[in-house]
Amino acid sequence: MSASPTETRAGWLGLLARATPARLAELMPGDLPDHRFLRAPEVGAIMVQGRTGGTGAPFNLGEMTVTRCALSLPCGTVGHGHVAGRDKAHATRVALLDALLQTDRASALRQTILEPLAAEEAARAKARAEKAAATKVDFFTMVRGEDA
Amino acid sequence: MYVAVKGGERAIENAHAWLAEERRGDPSVPELALDQIREQLKLAVNRVMAEGSLYDPDLAALAIKQSRGDLIESIFLMRAYRTTLPRFGVSRPVDTAAMACIRRISATFKDLPGGQILGPTFDYTHRLLDFALAAEGEAPRAPITEGAEPAAVPHVTEFLNRDGLIQEEPHSDETPGDLTRNPLELPANRPLRLQALARGDEGFVLSLAYSTQRGYGRTHAFVGELRIGLVAVEYDVPELGFAIHLADIELTECETVNQFKGSRSEPPQFTRGYGLVLGQSERKSISMSLVDRALRWRELGEDYIGAPAQDEEFVLSHCDNIQATGFLEHIKLPHYVDFQAELELVRRLRAEALELTGAPAMKEAAE
Repeated sequence: MSASPTETRAGWLGLLARATPARLAELMPGDLPDHRFLRAPEVGAIMVQGRTGGTGAPFNLGEMTVTRCALSLPCGTVGHGHVAGRDKAHATRVALLDALLQTDRASALRQTILEPLAAEEAARAKARAEKAAATKVDFFTMVRGEDA
Repeated sequence: MYVAVKGGERAIENAHAWLAEERRGDPSVPELALDQIREQLKLAVNRVMAEGSLYDPDLAALAIKQSRGDLIESIFLMRAYRTTLPRFGVSRPVDTAAMACIRRISATFKDLPGGQILGPTFDYTHRLLDFALAAEGEAPRAPITEGAEPAAVPHVTEFLNRDGLIQEEPHSDETPGDLTRNPLELPANRPLRLQALARGDEGFVLSLAYSTQRGYGRTHAFVGELRIGLVAVEYDVPELGFAIHLADIELTECETVNQFKGSRSEPPQFTRGYGLVLGQSERKSISMSLVDRALRWRELGEDYIGAPAQDEEFVLSHCDNIQATGFLEHIKLPHYVDFQAELELVRRLRAEALELTGAPAMKEAAE
């Protein structure tokens, strides 16, 4: 989680996965290389765990749907895509970008895709925090009685 | 002799076609879109995800539409779908202390670090029907406090823990049992109980929790903390050798603080009940933590007084609404042969009884 969302591979794989499918589709570059699937997109699930009391022993809370795929570019670079949900095109886009981000197109893609996505995610988090802060209770004390 | 009876195919087909027509309702009314259900009936979607035990809001919205709003039928559809999915793996246990809270309240401490955040709550509403919602209007906008930054807030139980006033939750990384893989065996440990309760029926868990408040296994619960917000789901991808922060999912967590007199081995201290539910459902998470606490009587050296909420076998065997409804509803399906056997038995017993008393044979005209 602490991985930089734009600099490390774990970081960008998460950032791309967490983007909405529509937004990532919009940001995709036009000139995409061919790719060959090493693992065709498939829908499955992972079990999400919690901990007893928040900090104790793990327990199985429930599953979530996940779609994954792996592909390679003509140059041999391999890209992986794991996304929540059942959108195979989204997983494919993530895998394609994962591969491209390991090539010399990385710095351009970082600017056109990763940085905007990171900024948008941070803005969404901030907007939620600002709404939550507006519902924070300020307690005050009423003085009762006349001998105050 | 058993004679197999077939038939009804056409009736079934036509019944399902009529169901489809009824599902659509009056065609002059616009059809519900899945994104409308997902966005505007979010708490129904959350319940279907929690009890269907599968986090996927779009799928839950589809299930609600398909079942015409019958949420147990929706949960059934989700459970059936999840059995078709290959299991890719297991997430790291979510870190709820790092939750991006939209709601966080404590009934035990007024002034706590991070404050009381009400969030989008029904609390303090007057429960009066709002006829303005019956008319179309502009989308409302929530006020904001400009400049507030996202920040994690500590768990309330952490403060109590510092002074040793509350029982500790020993950290472990033991692999928990999984009800979806292996049938439940009793006695179950706490991780298994929590899994069963997390996917258990909200109404059933609520009633059991209420029964403890009314005295059937009283545990004197305070809501130490209730929080709703996003947590990171991190998944170790085997082929990559590192974890990906795959998604942020919404969870509701409740920690109760309960009185405990102490036992032979433990000094008096508070104990805990825990509730964690997929999506937003504070009623369910509070209920879950009360029932969790009631079920812990054995490990805390308390007396078993025979209260339903203390009875692990009773609670865990009956909290699943899909198991319950499956067994309950099957009795409406044809039992012609079973019933024929019963009928013949009753007739024979009646005839024997009547012969003994010498009463005149009753008319059997109603056959």
